[in-house]
Amino acid sequence: MEAPLTSDIQPGLSLDLRAYEALGGYQALRKALQQMTPQEVTALIKESNLRGRGGAGFSTGMKWSFVPMNVKGPKYLIANADEMEPGTFKDRWLLEGNPHQLIEGMILSAYAIQANISFVFLRWAYKEAAVVIRKALSEAYAAGYLGNNILGKDFSLEMHLHTGVGRYMCGEETALLNSLEGKRAVPRAKPPFPQISGLFGHPTIVNNVETLSFIPHIVNKGAAWFQSLSRTGDGGTKIYGVSGRVNKPGAWELPMGVTMRELLEDYAGGMQNGYRFRGALPGGASTDFLTSDHLDTPMDFTAVAAAGSRLGTGTMVVLDDQTCPVGFVHNLEHFFAQESCGFCTPCREGLPWTEKILYALEQGHGTEEDLVQLEMHTHLLGPGNTFCALAPGAMEPLQSALKYFREDFEQHVHEKKCPYGNHTH
Amino acid sequence: MLTQTEISKIEHELQHVPVRKAAVIEALKIVQEQRRWVSDENVEDIAALLGMSADEVDSVATFYNLIFRQPVGRHVILVCDSISCWVMGYENIRKTLMELLQIKYGQTTPDGRFTLLPNPCLGTCDHAPALMVDQDLYRDLNEKNIGEILDKYE
Repeated sequence: MEAPLTSDIQPGLSLDLRAYEALGGYQALRKALQQMTPQEVTALIKESNLRGRGGAGFSTGMKWSFVPMNVKGPKYLIANADEMEPGTFKDRWLLEGNPHQLIEGMILSAYAIQANISFVFLRWAYKEAAVVIRKALSEAYAAGYLGNNILGKDFSLEMHLHTGVGRYMCGEETALLNSLEGKRAVPRAKPPFPQISGLFGHPTIVNNVETLSFIPHIVNKGAAWFQSLSRTGDGGTKIYGVSGRVNKPGAWELPMGVTMRELLEDYAGGMQNGYRFRGALPGGASTDFLTSDHLDTPMDFTAVAAAGSRLGTGTMVVLDDQTCPVGFVHNLEHFFAQESCGFCTPCREGLPWTEKILYALEQGHGTEEDLVQLEMHTHLLGPGNTFCALAPGAMEPLQSALKYFREDFEQHVHEKKCPYGNHTH
Repeated sequence: MLTQTEISKIEHELQHVPVRKAAVIEALKIVQEQRRWVSDENVEDIAALLGMSADEVDSVATFYNLIFRQPVGRHVILVCDSISCWVMGYENIRKTLMELLQIKYGQTTPDGRFTLLPNPCLGTCDHAPALMVDQDLYRDLNEKNIGEILDKYE
């Protein structure tokens, strides 16, 4: 079973330039610069059906193809390394373990859209990754993979590391651009899309770390190879993760489309002794719960959507039978309320309200009317009513918890206490 | 007043951006690195250096949770309070920290040694519960190893 992104990564170590080159690193860059036009690189990525691994799952090649090719002035390529979706720990692995794979992917992507300036937007907490990337950048400059006239060709690229100073909002594409411009990380209206008017008003592509790390492999081995890695129509491998009360929490690079059951049982080693599976968020905090009825769902973009959730980041958070679903959702809504940028009213006002209602339920002060209010919020803060995807994402676990764990909510109201009683807030 | 070191580091960052304002987050980081927090006077100095109003700088500074606009201790403890850590019982870690340090979230110990803050997901959910002290990440925590971790910091 091939795992192109991670099979070369040794636990606790980071591949330096020499090790990366010895494994065939930067050959894709040579190939593209010597044999391919930028348009051919974009066409190849489109053909591979690589879909964005940051959560939204948009076609990467399609995204690139919106960048105007014959414009004067700078263009930008940005790696979104602001991994902050609760329950998500996949990009950390790639950033710490194989920084040159990301850098080569970024150079190739920048070449495809003819960008000359690039940034890695790295979250504050990833201290080790910052050290590793800084070193890798200086190695890449020294070897002539970055800078002017890369490999003697008519293509130049500068690359900088930007480390953030907190806030989940920075992971939202347009808010990330505002933050890079030194502003508050609030979202921008779309259109214009960043591909046309992004950083400092210039065409910009923002891609996730996992997405970018695939690019050298696809350039080397082709679109058909990439498709063949997957069990389903969504191409490639995927880094999946499982956390919660399982025996072996962790992350694994597997063919796209492995089932939830395989992840839980074969990789995460099943539930811990004394705990039973009740449900899981399949791809981070802002995805709908799936339950034991969905365990045979292939974990790809299409099938998880058909099951009523989203693949998101592919890192699953498990709800066990001894953890209160109301408390679980309260923890999530606390996060979302805190991280709302406050820019649009439904999100700024609605999220703290849902947090307070859930807290009241947990404290035994909830009423039937509160359940109606929660239900209403899932619509009022849903898609189309807010400026960005934060609040609609926050409503996904809530609406599905109300659907699948209704009896727990009712029990909190009727018994005037949390029946689990083992977690505080 | 900003030091010469701070000013030259900020000037260096200005080379990468087309407008001076765009370096404001870097400037706040540079000042905080030297002084542990950013005072009103620092905000005004950064504003003057970058051609912004002090309010504009402050609106950015107060937006980001890891820019400290109040003094903090010599070491800052960030406790992950997000979902995987919560499921894995992070409350016991929080309780132990508060008992050992005799402070609550947002407070600094009277000797100025530690500031205690909650922080969203640290991205190490397969090793929950987790926390950071300054640059250092600690994972797979239980109540018993908290004291040992604190002992490493003067």
